[in-house]
Amino acid sequence: MCPLRSIADCIPMIRVIAATLALLLTSLSASAQDTNGAIQQVLQEHSVAILKSSRTTIGPAIDAVADSGLPQAQAVLQAWSDRNMWVRAADGLFFRATEAEGGYSLTDFDTGETVGVFGSDALDQIKPNSGIRALIGTALVQFQLKDPNPRRRQDALTSISRNPDPALLKPLRNSIEMETDPNLKAQKLRQERLLTIGYDEDPDARVQAMADMSGDLSVDVRAALNPLVATRRAVVKGAAQGEVPAGTNVARILTPGSDALPKVEAYDMLVAADLAPPRVTDAAIRTALEANIAEGRVGDVAVQQLGTDAARRAAYIALADAGTVPPFISEEAVQETLDGFTFYDAYADPSPQITDAANDALNAIRLKVGLNQAADLTLDALSLASIYFLAAIGLAITFGVMGVINMAHGEFIMMGAYTGYVVQQIIPNHTLSIIVAIPLAFAVTFAAGVAMERLVIRWLYNRPLETLLATFGISIALQQLAKNIFGTQARPLTAPAWLDGAMTLNDVVSISYIRIAIFFLALFFLAVFLFIMKRTRLGLETRAVTQNPRMAASMGINPGRVNMLTFGLGSGIAGVAGVAIGLFAKVTSEMGSDYIVQSFMTVVVGGVGNIWGTLAGAAMIGFLQKGIEWGNPSNTLAAQTYMIIFIIIFIQFRPRGIIALKGRAAGD
Amino acid sequence: MTFLKSTVTGTLVAASLGTAAMADEHTIKVGVLHSLSGTMAISETTLKDTMLMLVEQQNAKGGLLGKQLEAVVVDPASDWPLFAEKARELLTVHEVDVMFGNWTSVSRKSVLPVIEELNGLLFYPVQYEGEESSKNVFYTGAAPNQQAIPATDYFLEELGVEKFALLGTDYVYPRTTNNILESYLADKGIASEDIFVNYTPFGHSDWSKIVADVVALGADGKKVGVISTINGDANIGFYKELAAAGISADDIPVVAFSVGEEELSGLDTSNLVGHLAAWNYFMSADSPENAEFIETWHAFIGNEDRVTNDPMEAHYIGFNMWAAAVEAAGTTDVDAVRSAMYGLEFPNLTGGTAVMGVNHHLSKPVLIGEIQADGQFDIISETDPVPGDAWTDFLPESAVLESDWKDLGCGMYNTETKTCVQILSNY
Amino acid sequence: MNRSFVARNPSVLIFLALLALFTLGVTILSEGFGVGMISTSFVKTLGKTLCLCLVAVAMDLIWGYAGILSLGHFAFFGLGGYMIGMWLMYERTRLIVVDALAQGSMPPTPQEVVDGIGNQIFGVVGSSEFPAVWAFADSLTLQLALVVLVPGLLALVFGWLAFRSRVTGVYLSILTQAMTLALALYLFQNDSGLRGNNGLSGLQNLPGVTASQDVVSMWFFWGSALALGLGYLLAAWVVSGKFGSVIRGIRDNEARVRFLGYSVEAYKLALFTLTACIAGIAGALYYPQAGIINPAEIAPIASIYLAVWVAIGGRGRLYGAVIGAAVVSLLSSWFTGGQAPDIPLGFYTVKWVDWWLVLLGLSFVGVTLFAPQGIGGLVDLISDRLRPDRHGADLGPDQGSLREKEARK
Repeated sequence: MCPLRSIADCIPMIRVIAATLALLLTSLSASAQDTNGAIQQVLQEHSVAILKSSRTTIGPAIDAVADSGLPQAQAVLQAWSDRNMWVRAADGLFFRATEAEGGYSLTDFDTGETVGVFGSDALDQIKPNSGIRALIGTALVQFQLKDPNPRRRQDALTSISRNPDPALLKPLRNSIEMETDPNLKAQKLRQERLLTIGYDEDPDARVQAMADMSGDLSVDVRAALNPLVATRRAVVKGAAQGEVPAGTNVARILTPGSDALPKVEAYDMLVAADLAPPRVTDAAIRTALEANIAEGRVGDVAVQQLGTDAARRAAYIALADAGTVPPFISEEAVQETLDGFTFYDAYADPSPQITDAANDALNAIRLKVGLNQAADLTLDALSLASIYFLAAIGLAITFGVMGVINMAHGEFIMMGAYTGYVVQQIIPNHTLSIIVAIPLAFAVTFAAGVAMERLVIRWLYNRPLETLLATFGISIALQQLAKNIFGTQARPLTAPAWLDGAMTLNDVVSISYIRIAIFFLALFFLAVFLFIMKRTRLGLETRAVTQNPRMAASMGINPGRVNMLTFGLGSGIAGVAGVAIGLFAKVTSEMGSDYIVQSFMTVVVGGVGNIWGTLAGAAMIGFLQKGIEWGNPSNTLAAQTYMIIFIIIFIQFRPRGIIALKGRAAGD
Repeated sequence: MTFLKSTVTGTLVAASLGTAAMADEHTIKVGVLHSLSGTMAISETTLKDTMLMLVEQQNAKGGLLGKQLEAVVVDPASDWPLFAEKARELLTVHEVDVMFGNWTSVSRKSVLPVIEELNGLLFYPVQYEGEESSKNVFYTGAAPNQQAIPATDYFLEELGVEKFALLGTDYVYPRTTNNILESYLADKGIASEDIFVNYTPFGHSDWSKIVADVVALGADGKKVGVISTINGDANIGFYKELAAAGISADDIPVVAFSVGEEELSGLDTSNLVGHLAAWNYFMSADSPENAEFIETWHAFIGNEDRVTNDPMEAHYIGFNMWAAAVEAAGTTDVDAVRSAMYGLEFPNLTGGTAVMGVNHHLSKPVLIGEIQADGQFDIISETDPVPGDAWTDFLPESAVLESDWKDLGCGMYNTETKTCVQILSNY
Repeated sequence: MNRSFVARNPSVLIFLALLALFTLGVTILSEGFGVGMISTSFVKTLGKTLCLCLVAVAMDLIWGYAGILSLGHFAFFGLGGYMIGMWLMYERTRLIVVDALAQGSMPPTPQEVVDGIGNQIFGVVGSSEFPAVWAFADSLTLQLALVVLVPGLLALVFGWLAFRSRVTGVYLSILTQAMTLALALYLFQNDSGLRGNNGLSGLQNLPGVTASQDVVSMWFFWGSALALGLGYLLAAWVVSGKFGSVIRGIRDNEARVRFLGYSVEAYKLALFTLTACIAGIAGALYYPQAGIINPAEIAPIASIYLAVWVAIGGRGRLYGAVIGAAVVSLLSSWFTGGQAPDIPLGFYTVKWVDWWLVLLGLSFVGVTLFAPQGIGGLVDLISDRLRPDRHGADLGPDQGSLREKEARK
């Protein structure tokens, strides 16, 4: 059996053996090769490259098939790209294979006849990687553009947009006329404009195309324009500007020592171009000195004295003066050399007309892109804020209204998420399972919350610090229980198909549907909270009990019952939040602890006891975090750190949060 | 109080003494130092089970040197200082002959001083950042040149990627790997402004902005590719956001170094088909050894759904090589076994043979797989065996260093000054 | 004065005597200096436990006596460890680098030495530059001073800001938790210059010391015992005098103490800073025994566990904190170490590795609900203290601790 890697090595060998056998065993003088069909012959000629399946060597094989002029060329390329081309190990012939009972059914490319069914060990699949598939896709474009099947035409356009190629411009233009599908026609026209920008021979046509597309902030437009204004850094001898070779489209002249071109970099360019001797670095000095140690001395200096950079440099200069080593290059010498050269950036395209037009178009786009990026960032921040809000809204009830510190709040979120996971195991339909999971998660965590309130929290109402510790105990116990039941592995909680994908306004602004759903879920719970607190008897009683339990009790309210229900409500909402968070992130036993500190801070920053405060807190944290991320895109961890530090400082100055309760409600 | 304290200490002393007394002359002890609780338990418990399976297999074959093997399992609980403590306990109290263990780099750094002090022997099975060589550790996982560099080559040559986004979790493996890659890409003519680097915290879940940043990289018409050293749970949010943004592997391919079969089981992979991972082993490898290994594993663990992964293969090779070295040396003495290890060969599960080099690294082939809808990988590229390199050739400070424990007897030999920088490893 | 201090605090003498006895016992049984009945790894565990006891005493001062539930004291503990770790790492690496460079053909320049050290320390995290925070790493004296100064300064600044704006109760707890989270996240970054997630490792190897770990571990054990003894004495002295009375007054009713004319903020700040310094010292002794310090050590959970120890041991009495830290941390390592026997129930086997945390969490709820005085409360049964019958009325600050006078039978 051939080891995987060496299919390419062994198949030809097998083929040789097979061919020899064929020669020996049959009296036919014709070799197997001649009986092959035309396209099979083309494939056989390039079989080494095809079997090697590397993008760097596959080009000729694809071209040969595409340019063969044979009617089957498209079908072969299509099968190849779809990974339906297989090679029969016995004779090295290529076939289209479709899965069939007992293996694969092979179809001859030339005749279209079914050859028979073979087991998978008699065959090897040709697996073009995505690089090769892109090349095949480009080769297929000319066939597909006029294909009657609109999906094929779409494929062609996708290939063009992925790999714009000058040779595609003509077939594309020719195909626009006959396009009937309005959507595809619009795409074709657009791709034609983009190819024109890059590759048309007539500069005016290119400038016109740029004008047509300016103001479009799509990535592909920018991708077409940016290469035109890409520059190359070059240097030329002579100090005057006129030294730049004629015909060069100069973007700018650079002064060594400026921000754009530090002196070190400028000098290194000269060294790389062999225009100046290399700098003598400290390491080079050391090497040179070591090479010249004789009897414990370098020149006149004893080796023991060479323990400082200054001493080494002096010794080196002495050696240089004696001519043993290349001269030391001082800063002055560097400056002097640099003065003798002109550094400049040049455009690749020699025509200033094109580069100016491209720059103008890009400048027009740039502002728009900036604005849209700001809009996208705002959406991201809103989304993050809604996630924080959703995670914190349960706390806004238990901590904000009731004043109970519930460190196990994060574990309620986790319980909700695991409920969603379990439901999804029982009901495979993702839509239905989510519809079932949300109320069920609410019910489960409501029950857990009520149980916890009855068993633990109600004994501790006037010992807040101990509530904190007791609920922490519950938190670690619940976390470990979840680990024991579900394992430490993250569990999949998959969103229904209609929540897949993203709402895309343009190439810059987009937001995934799942985040939009979370946003609306957060709004919904805000409404529920407001309704319950302001419009229902439970809300009235809750507020009464919170402000003065004894007086409320004497008015006929049962504080125990009210506390129990309110706590259950807060926990239930946490459970639903868990389902939502599990959908867009992960479900693990530790997911709760990711949100607990943030949630508390959201409530505290916003101002305890006021749902609008929690909203403001979530918004502030979300926007702040995204803002810091934007300022420092390479380090998301730093953004989180600085956000927390900001919150700590913020609380020092507004200890009661953004929206502070005033008067009697503030308690104390 | 007196009572309590003395009881507690008494019990603990008795416990530690008791285990010491159990030491048996007639068995060879194999220490297993993998976390069975805490954040790393998810990955390391599987490796503990792998070790138990291998020990059981060896005993069924008659043990080693006529003695039975005994696995001593301890739980360092994903607590890095505890790794050092447990390693000391294994070596001094249980007196194990060899240890198999660790997953994270920081846990390995924690253990290094202990095993070097007590002259223990550790087999480390996970791909890591290199830049280390200890006399007492055999690295059976991939060094950067056995995973990161070939994957980058694949991006450059096969996919024609011209612009790179290096996304990683903020810890030592991604940091060092990305450093090496930045320097390697610079050698390959990729300008520094064409390399975007981002570090996120462990377990990061809010990926929308980072994915948007990656998409925006395509604005200058160059093909963008993502090299991901994102660790663990954070991958789930990342891949979900990637799928939501509709980024196909043909537009922006992602190659991951820390995502294997185990990690994919927490994900719906239908939207991720075509994205890549680079390892020395995939469960889908088509070889008789692999089929047998998977079958034994399923039988041992009693669950047909359990996957196998690269670090399991590393333990498989490491354990069998150690057994062969013990047979060859005729003793379990660390130094004798170490000398017997050099040049040993053992068949890979993917076909071909792994060879142990004098720098304590294996020579293994590098595989690149495409994610499939069933959570497995389709192997689309396999290189010739690559010898692991302890010190990378792509960072100037390390390029001059060489590790050769056989002839030079030094893990950090400066080839320029011809001196041994240090005998102990750097931790 | 001295006599009356001891007379008023008989527990101090008993504690110190027991500690001395314990230290002596361990020494005799150790591998380094005795008969070798206790393994070196267990000596290290005991030494580390003593350090945890010390930080628990600090926690008890701030929580049990002043009523400030700080969920950030492990941040100070960790910072102390980092400060000593920097010197240990720098000096050990410097010796190696100087040795290696001495083999070269010419004496190294100071810059070459520094570069070599930087490359060794930061090479593993992909850098070789020395960050500014390492400026004093070459001096043991300065780093030892920083062990106290850095946690102290952080506590001073943080405490001043927090107490000044009258952040109290649970808000302060959440704020301290945010502080330790921010510090942990900051240290997790490689850019912070303390080797990110890897932290500082190899700390058990003292530079220039050739003695074996059997001996070194005993040195640290003695050091930890001494520190605990002195820390306990200091804490007992602090809470016994007028300062202690004011502190307890603040715990019981902050507003009343303020109206009596005491500067409540200054008292709280002084105590907060003092306990941070004690925590820093405990950390500086702990991490060389653990061998490695990294940001995971100062994650918020660690500080919460600290509160758990103190609560289980019994707040408001110093020996309670010590008992809690020792019992819970040793039990923890016993249960998770796989030494505890599994309990087969027939249909399911209870593995302590899996169930220990559940038990700890629930027992914690139980202690809070049913035995607010913790294990230390058992002492009251022996000594002549009884809970006064107050007919269900509130007792003490948050109903947990006894007012000494009332509690005398």
